[in-house]
Amino acid sequence: MHELSLTQSIVDICLQHGEGKRVTVVVLEIGDLSGVVPDAVEFCFDACSRGTLLEGARLVIERIPARGVCHDCRAEFSLGTYFDPCPSCGGFSHAVISGEELRVKELEVE
Amino acid sequence: MCTTCGCGPDEHHDHDHGEGHHHHHHEGESRPEAGTRIAVETDLLAKNRHFAEGNRQLFAARELFVLNLVSSPGSGKTTILERTLRDLAGEIRSAVIEGDQQTDNDARRIAAAGVPVQQINTGAGCHLDAHMVGHAVDHFDLTNLDLLFIENVGNLVCPASFDLGEHHKVVVLSVTEGEDKPLKYPQMFHAADVMLLNKVDLLPHVDFDVAKCREMARRVNPAITIFEVSSRSGEGMAAWYGWLRKNVKGEK
Repeated sequence: MHELSLTQSIVDICLQHGEGKRVTVVVLEIGDLSGVVPDAVEFCFDACSRGTLLEGARLVIERIPARGVCHDCRAEFSLGTYFDPCPSCGGFSHAVISGEELRVKELEVE
Repeated sequence: MCTTCGCGPDEHHDHDHGEGHHHHHHEGESRPEAGTRIAVETDLLAKNRHFAEGNRQLFAARELFVLNLVSSPGSGKTTILERTLRDLAGEIRSAVIEGDQQTDNDARRIAAAGVPVQQINTGAGCHLDAHMVGHAVDHFDLTNLDLLFIENVGNLVCPASFDLGEHHKVVVLSVTEGEDKPLKYPQMFHAADVMLLNKVDLLPHVDFDVAKCREMARRVNPAITIFEVSSRSGEGMAAWYGWLRKNVKGEK
């Protein structure tokens, strides 16, 4: 349940950037391979934001699909898991180029 | 004082925290423009990464080789450490940070091996973070150390996301678990550089396919280094010690 400490980071980051204003919308980017369950973040957000300028803010979660590039044949492809083989050559050695993001993208304040 | 809006005890205020949030504004209060967007673009793990970077610089300055041991509970991390510390005593100067939700049982086991140890109790926390490790490290005399083991909270999920400033994550998997754990918990096996396949002395008694397990680990992480060991019988430990010696020397 590391979503709890990550969600606490969301609240801290938003308070830092929110210029002391009430935050109405928080836009997050969560990669498909980030190891974070968006539902759990939403669940924790209610608890972590209570009593802060974020209380009642709407959480918008943008999922980022995972993509990899094959070390063997340089093909770029869509990754469902860390262990998907390269669709071009069948190799398992690849670098993840997107899908591990965990970011607060933007805020909307009153 | 109300922590939500900052007004004093005598001032009237009301909060409706349900659906369609309404908020009371005091008269004369300057109201910011509605719906202002602020670009943030900040990584949730940025703070942890900052502390991890601090740890890494400290470890480099002190020529300390640091490993983050991760596994599910019961795979034998502490027993591997006890044996490793005893077998390398007098050769490699080690210290251990023990992470558990509760108790200092593991720290006492490590202390019995004659090695400096710091226990971190995370309480409800499911992982160690770089900030906790930074404070624990303060308790050691780093000038007289070659190797620091950080035994993380037993959990194959959460510790994968938190860089502690270590050189490598070492994942321990025992043959009493399922051989498909690398596929079930791919983030951890992807993040680790070394896998210790522990309790191999029990192989005759369990249905564990070592070849299949190796193949699955390599699918998730083709570069992973695998040692088959038994911390009880000592089988295979020499190769692990060889790897430790080489890397500790490499930091000097």
